[in-house]
Amino acid sequence: MKFSAWRILKEGLTGNKGWKPHWRNPEPKSKYDIIIIGGGGHGLSTAYYLAKKHGVKDIAVLERGYIGGGNVGRNTTIVRANYALSGNSEFYSYSLKLWERLKKELNFNVMHSQRGVINIFHSDAQKDAAVKRGNAMINQGDDAVLLNPPELRKLLPYLDYDNARFPIYGALYHPRGGTARHDAVTWGFARGADLHGVDIIQNCAVTNINTRNGRVISVNTTQGTIHSEKVGLCVAGRSGQVAAMAGMRLPIESHVLQAFVTEGLKPCIDHVITFGMGHFYISQSDKGGLVFGGDIDYYPSYAARGNLPTVEHVVEAGLALMPMIGTARMLRSWGGIMDMSPDGSPIIDRTRIEGLYLNCGWCYGGFKAVPGSGNVFAHLMATDSYHQNATKFRLNRFRDGVHLMDEEGTGAQHNLH
Amino acid sequence: MRIVCPICGERDSREFSCRGSAVSLWRPAFEASDDTWNDYVHLRENPAGESSELWHHEAGCSSWLVVLRDTRTHEVIKCELAEEVKSES
Repeated sequence: MKFSAWRILKEGLTGNKGWKPHWRNPEPKSKYDIIIIGGGGHGLSTAYYLAKKHGVKDIAVLERGYIGGGNVGRNTTIVRANYALSGNSEFYSYSLKLWERLKKELNFNVMHSQRGVINIFHSDAQKDAAVKRGNAMINQGDDAVLLNPPELRKLLPYLDYDNARFPIYGALYHPRGGTARHDAVTWGFARGADLHGVDIIQNCAVTNINTRNGRVISVNTTQGTIHSEKVGLCVAGRSGQVAAMAGMRLPIESHVLQAFVTEGLKPCIDHVITFGMGHFYISQSDKGGLVFGGDIDYYPSYAARGNLPTVEHVVEAGLALMPMIGTARMLRSWGGIMDMSPDGSPIIDRTRIEGLYLNCGWCYGGFKAVPGSGNVFAHLMATDSYHQNATKFRLNRFRDGVHLMDEEGTGAQHNLH
Repeated sequence: MRIVCPICGERDSREFSCRGSAVSLWRPAFEASDDTWNDYVHLRENPAGESSELWHHEAGCSSWLVVLRDTRTHEVIKCELAEEVKSES
């Protein structure tokens, strides 16, 4: 079923009776060429590109819950390419370019809105860091503009510019950054994958990964054993448990990241804005809610909910930056399970088990990577070679201590990102 | 989340900071292999369930603590002084 203005008009005139489910709900077969564990953004996108670009026709995506019920449906929807280090830089740049044509690619409105990401700085040192990052972004071919306070004031008149503790020195503006509709991205990829013959199997938890002579042969699931010689792991915060089924330990700790949304308001925040002196970022959804978040809670967690000290910290940071949001009422908050890697950068690699591939370590930034990650992971699984924009997301970088991608410069160690 | 510090009693979690898995207590020998060090520094069990973690009572007595916690519910099951855990082993 193809979406078009004509189709909407026709359905509107005929009582909207022609719309059908956007993907099938098949029974799993006993064997597939490729199994993707995890029906989130990365898993669905990987399956889509495997089928579309690499012609793999026999693919299953196994999802423990329902499509869109994991982190891809529980994030703050920010899409940007403002990384500074080689490895990350080319990858996120590539991913943003894929976002820019994703609506056409999927024939599905993912509501990608390039409203601009504005990172505010509050000291000379932070300004220097912003200039350096901006230059790295420009060198990568992306866009970055340094704004001084009067220029910033024109864009964002409502900030507390003269805050005694955190005066605003300016901002780094990334005009092509923005947001997208998270559910639409999930549904778009699910529909696209299904159209290319991928079996999306929901309510199907993997309980074991079976290997023989160092090769993966099948997975046990709650819907029976399914055979495949190629299995890809796209399970984000659950990476540790699923890898353990294959006898592996990963350089991953799972943490909780909270996010918040207020009641719907009239349009007031036109960009994605981040605070430089505390961890706080905010944007306004198309429904009008202010969507914001901050740091992880800083203890390992699978609870998918956080604690009040972090709520307090995030709200304090927000009010220090833009006091006007103090009158908005918070509607709800939620938590996602983040697969935190030691250097804060992802892992897309083979494993020591032949046929078992790993895609994890996205920390709290996996959403913007969805099209890029699926593309490069599909490339790796189909061709057994690294995609040119993802050559450095290697699993062994922690062991060897080379090509670590520590954007924050805090050290490649757990609990620092 | 509230933690019962063996020295200070039950305190708000704001007073503590988490260092992650208590594996940090068992530092390998200097001459251990790269793989052993990789294991110690990077690889984690990352359990969904009971997890033994190292916490620092930063804004309290400054003790290092081994906290047994359920990562699915945030329930704090047990809290001991790290030096005692280490000397018992």
